[in-house]
Amino acid sequence: MPRRKGAPEVNAGSMADIAFLLLIFFLVTTTIETDAGLDRMLPPFEPPNEEPPIIKQKNIFTVSINRNGQLLVEDQLMEIEDLREAAAKFLENGADGTCDYCKGRKDPSSSDNPVKAIISLKNDRETKYSTYITVQNELVGAYNDLRNREAQRLYGRDFTEMEADYLNPETPSSVRDDLKDKVKRVQDMFPQKLSEAETSTN
Amino acid sequence: MAKFTKKKEGDLPAVSTASLPDIVFMLLFFFMTVTTMKDSSLMVANTLPNASEIKKLEKKDRVIYIYVGTPTQEYQKVFGTEPKIQLNDKFANVDEVGSFILAERAKKPQELQNVLTTALKVDKEANMGLITDIKQELRKVNALKVNYTTYEGNAFNNLQ
Repeated sequence: MPRRKGAPEVNAGSMADIAFLLLIFFLVTTTIETDAGLDRMLPPFEPPNEEPPIIKQKNIFTVSINRNGQLLVEDQLMEIEDLREAAAKFLENGADGTCDYCKGRKDPSSSDNPVKAIISLKNDRETKYSTYITVQNELVGAYNDLRNREAQRLYGRDFTEMEADYLNPETPSSVRDDLKDKVKRVQDMFPQKLSEAETSTN
Repeated sequence: MAKFTKKKEGDLPAVSTASLPDIVFMLLFFFMTVTTMKDSSLMVANTLPNASEIKKLEKKDRVIYIYVGTPTQEYQKVFGTEPKIQLNDKFANVDEVGSFILAERAKKPQELQNVLTTALKVDKEANMGLITDIKQELRKVNALKVNYTTYEGNAFNNLQ
């Protein structure tokens, strides 16, 4: 007997169930958030017999954290809340006068200019990680505050915002090329020199 | 007027569910594109500290994860309550970090091998001793770009 119609229609009623099942599977096995955190560069590993370069003591801003989470900044006790301001003051001190954008006090006993200024961070083996991150955050914050100020003056935008746009892969490449030079220029004004020395054992 | 009295009064027409699969598929594709697969389950407590000056970790394929924290309840009998390192799906010692990084790096495509970031997901209760040891290991294998993964928030909340 010849068929009057074509093939019988497939029942699509259960399609929704199948799709729901897949949806729930993906909801369970995946995570939505992108991670964020503090980006740092570790110093390259050098053989122990190599002589470290000589740096003038006044260009080093020493921050030590002890096992109880107390701070010793330039041989003086300090609260973490004051660290950001002290670090910024040190960075833009500009004692040798070559830094025309610095607003520091030009104190001869503090850093020569932002390019030479180094922040050295030391911690005890028993320091809590959360304290360490807070200190790191404040030091990076000091750099970001200064860079934001200069970026605002030069380009009318925050540096952190420009850098985020520059690093975001969704930003169109024409915008990124434009940002590249600006970001580089502000970074070079206050290069991030944050040394993480080996931990002391006592 | 037969045209208008064809339907019975008070009989609600059934809502068509024919487009339901399309809607659900749309949702499905949305979630498939915006999410990423979980690659390992956590065996350590992992409450990250807060920080405000953070940068996003773009491009997941360029990131190697290292977890540190106290083992969770079910592993505490075997591994104790001191913070441990978790690499992929197993606990590891500090001296295994270097070879792990090298192995992970070898798995990545050639052009990405020089731009890898190591994300340290460390529990806020961990001590710096272990982290310093990990950092030393990372320096030895020249994996210098690290990211201390944190939550976004006020950094001073860490101190309480």
